[in-house]
Amino acid sequence: MLNYIFRRIGYMLVTLAIISVVGYLIVELPPGSYVEFEIQRLRQQGGNLSQDQITALELRYGLNDPIYVRFWKWISGFVRGDFGESFQYRQEVKDLIGQRLMFTISISIFSLLLAWGIAVPLGVYSATHRYTLPDYIITVLQFLGLSIPSFLVALVLMVFAQRTLGQQVGGLFSDQYQTAPWSVAKFIDLLAHLWIPIVVIAFGSTAGLSRIMRANLLDVLGMQYVQTARSKGLTENVVIWKHAVRNAMHPLIMILGGSLPGIISGETVLAIVMNIPTVGPMYFTAQLNQDLYLAASFLMFLSILGVLGNLLADIALAWVDPRIRYE
Amino acid sequence: MTETVQPLPQTPPPAENQNLFDEPVSDVGDLSQWQLMRIRFSKNKLAMLGIWGMLIVYIVVFLGEFIAPNWYQFQDTEYVFGPPSPVTFIGPDGRFGLQPYTYATTTVLNKDTFAFEFAVDETQKIPISFFVQGDEVSVLGFKTKLHLFGLKDTKQRFYVMGADGLGRDMFARILVGGQISTTVGLFGVALSIILGSVLGTASGYFGGIIDDVMQRIIEVLGAFPQIPLWAALAAAMPDISENFTVVHRYFLITIVLSVVGWTGLARQLRAKVLSYRSADFTQAALAAGSSDARIILTHMVPNGASHIIVIAALGIPGMILGETSLSFLGLGILPPAVSWGALLRDAQQVSVVVQHPWLLIPAGTVVLTVWLFSLIGDGLRDAVDPYSI
Repeated sequence: MLNYIFRRIGYMLVTLAIISVVGYLIVELPPGSYVEFEIQRLRQQGGNLSQDQITALELRYGLNDPIYVRFWKWISGFVRGDFGESFQYRQEVKDLIGQRLMFTISISIFSLLLAWGIAVPLGVYSATHRYTLPDYIITVLQFLGLSIPSFLVALVLMVFAQRTLGQQVGGLFSDQYQTAPWSVAKFIDLLAHLWIPIVVIAFGSTAGLSRIMRANLLDVLGMQYVQTARSKGLTENVVIWKHAVRNAMHPLIMILGGSLPGIISGETVLAIVMNIPTVGPMYFTAQLNQDLYLAASFLMFLSILGVLGNLLADIALAWVDPRIRYE
Repeated sequence: MTETVQPLPQTPPPAENQNLFDEPVSDVGDLSQWQLMRIRFSKNKLAMLGIWGMLIVYIVVFLGEFIAPNWYQFQDTEYVFGPPSPVTFIGPDGRFGLQPYTYATTTVLNKDTFAFEFAVDETQKIPISFFVQGDEVSVLGFKTKLHLFGLKDTKQRFYVMGADGLGRDMFARILVGGQISTTVGLFGVALSIILGSVLGTASGYFGGIIDDVMQRIIEVLGAFPQIPLWAALAAAMPDISENFTVVHRYFLITIVLSVVGWTGLARQLRAKVLSYRSADFTQAALAAGSSDARIILTHMVPNGASHIIVIAALGIPGMILGETSLSFLGLGILPPAVSWGALLRDAQQVSVVVQHPWLLIPAGTVVLTVWLFSLIGDGLRDAVDPYSI
């Protein structure tokens, strides 16, 4: 088992190294640089910049170095925990992204838990009650969940909440708690805001997960050992939950790792619509404004989350299924 | 095959046509794999709904400029955010009939808020006619002034789904926007199929170092969160100019979408090819001295073809949603081109949508299209392999 885990971690490091190169290249790809935005901004404030000042700016942001030097500067700092400085905010990237990343991770994990908590029983129910009315209703809902992008669900939900409930939605805190220090009341207020994005993201992934759960369980229910278990006189509950579901879970665990990037990516778009202070909105402005280090660090962190998810899923799978460890 | 299966004596011989559709054991051997798939597919009611629904969507969308009463770029500065025109079947004589009418609308400037307000004049009913002359539009390359329906009185307004922030007809814009939204997925999937099937087959067949490299690439691309990756790539595109038109941007977007899309197909095809490689027919072909190219082209590709089609069909919804998300964020299709995602960009602010809910209508068309494509994909999957998910 340990051997297997070490090998997986080795693969993960190689993958991360490639990701850092590709990610940096992609972030640098757009034409122009932050200096141009900066010049434009300074010009709007009045006053023109001389060529000397522009060169000074370029020197300050290190834009005259060749790309591999810039990459090396960034990645060697990144590994040591120094993510560089955001051009736009004139702050350390570290200070900017910490809290946002935490919100992204917690929203993702909570929605993952919620999705699994709903999807597994739902899939089991619709597999054991195949071709009944509830199964058809679940199937229709699953298709809907797969066809609606999460930001649309959020938009409709928010319009609904505002029109009919008169509730103020969006953001993570009510106005009075925005700058208040942490307290119990603020935490409750946070939960009151947090449930909407969690439910919206869980909605989409529940649809896919429960559909896979249903199909897997249907496969397993046709196996002979299920028949044997029934003929031994075991109760239906034991047959389903102890014999069938446990075996039907494997593909679901395999998907678990792959689903994390999807959830994060849904979350980033959702955050823009709902104005949640997570990674999404800041990443997109950083990307558009060529705020190099900020955008690259975000992309890198999001990818690390994805790779970590994969690793955890691999380990979980090896733990559940001994055959994999000895491959 | 046929002679080994004895029909049960007590079953009456079924009618010719029914025989084919009930897929009896005795006929299975006579039908090719593709015929079987077609029969299974056409028996699936939801999948057929998907096919016919999509056909209608494509016809409506591509004849959009003819169907909509107004030209999609026409700006009515006095009908900014105008609501949908009411339609009634009760004529001026107060009786219900088949002739639809709309009411005349007038624009009044509210002196207190300095906003245009729209008043419906319930006394003035205007008949809606078919095949009327209106704005000049080009439908599939033909210039015409004819519109499917509209008002003969060109001084009156008729906006089925209201107007946007520049006073343009939402109905026309949704139809025209559909031309991009419904095709971007097709091109994107076509590209990913080419990439995915070539690389996936090579990876599975040759194994070794090629396989290792390919697996790493797939893993790396899979680890990036999709939409941020798309956004980063889309941000790298130049602005719209003389040399870089909306058409260029459209094709670059499809390439961006397929850069991520091909990995899934490649991974699954690799698994397929791996299982074929040890199959008896491949061993036989090898023993007979077939070249690698021949084995791949005549033995593996036909076997994997049905699988490729299924994955392609299942991949289209994701691409459509991808384009919608990108355009919604302002990174996809840019004006003057129209797509559903670009239209939804106007609906980004909740406060705007609360006041003008018709701006959300493109969301409905996105969901409808994606749903129809999912039905087709699901039907294909069941038809190809009824035992898999």
